[in-house]
Amino acid sequence: MLKTSLTGSALITNDVGLHARPSVKLTQLAKRFGAHIEFALDAAGPWVDAKSPVKVMRFKAAKGETLHFRAYGPDAAVALAAILALVERGFAVDGEASPQPPNG
Amino acid sequence: MANVGVVIVSHSPKVAEGAADMVRQMVGDSVPLAWTGGNPDGGLGTDVAAIVTAIDRAWSEAGVVILVDLGGAETNSEMAIDLLEPARRGKVLVCEAPVVEGAVMAATEASGGAALDAVRRTAEELSPTGAA
Repeated sequence: MLKTSLTGSALITNDVGLHARPSVKLTQLAKRFGAHIEFALDAAGPWVDAKSPVKVMRFKAAKGETLHFRAYGPDAAVALAAILALVERGFAVDGEASPQPPNG
Repeated sequence: MANVGVVIVSHSPKVAEGAADMVRQMVGDSVPLAWTGGNPDGGLGTDVAAIVTAIDRAWSEAGVVILVDLGGAETNSEMAIDLLEPARRGKVLVCEAPVVEGAVMAATEASGGAALDAVRRTAEELSPTGAA
């Protein structure tokens, strides 16, 4: 996987970080792609499966931390771009005015 | 194929409705969802007929998972499944998972088009005996 995977990273900018609602959004977006997608707080891992709702929910990452992603598969490039964009816009999905309410 | 449906069964209608609200707000409306709670007299409890109705409302050809809170909710859910016609009975599974977190996790998995067994496995990852 390491040989062929694409990598990228994005800074968490929303106040609550990778909290409950952002976790669900990340998982749902990852599941739209065929590529294997993993992420970590460090470029060296440990890596977490972005398509596992429970593993993503257990993952803690705060505002100001950087999420590293790696993806491989036929649509890895488009998947990676979409996920980095989600993190960069504070996990807001289309049609949402603000990322999350304070307790999100 | 439609997404797997989710049914929430609690002794308290407020808990069941609140858990359903969380699923709707966090996961969206791509997953069939229904909730039921309380006994026919308006007290705490669960009701087999009401669970059957909830299964009907959340029905999907891909199947339905049920999240339950305490003892009677599980036994009454099993009884409700037994009342379904044979063709549907095998497509309804009760998850051994915490009701609120399990419902959100199951719905998240289901929203990606996962199969019935995978949806249950994801919910059950949350239980103490589930896979980490």
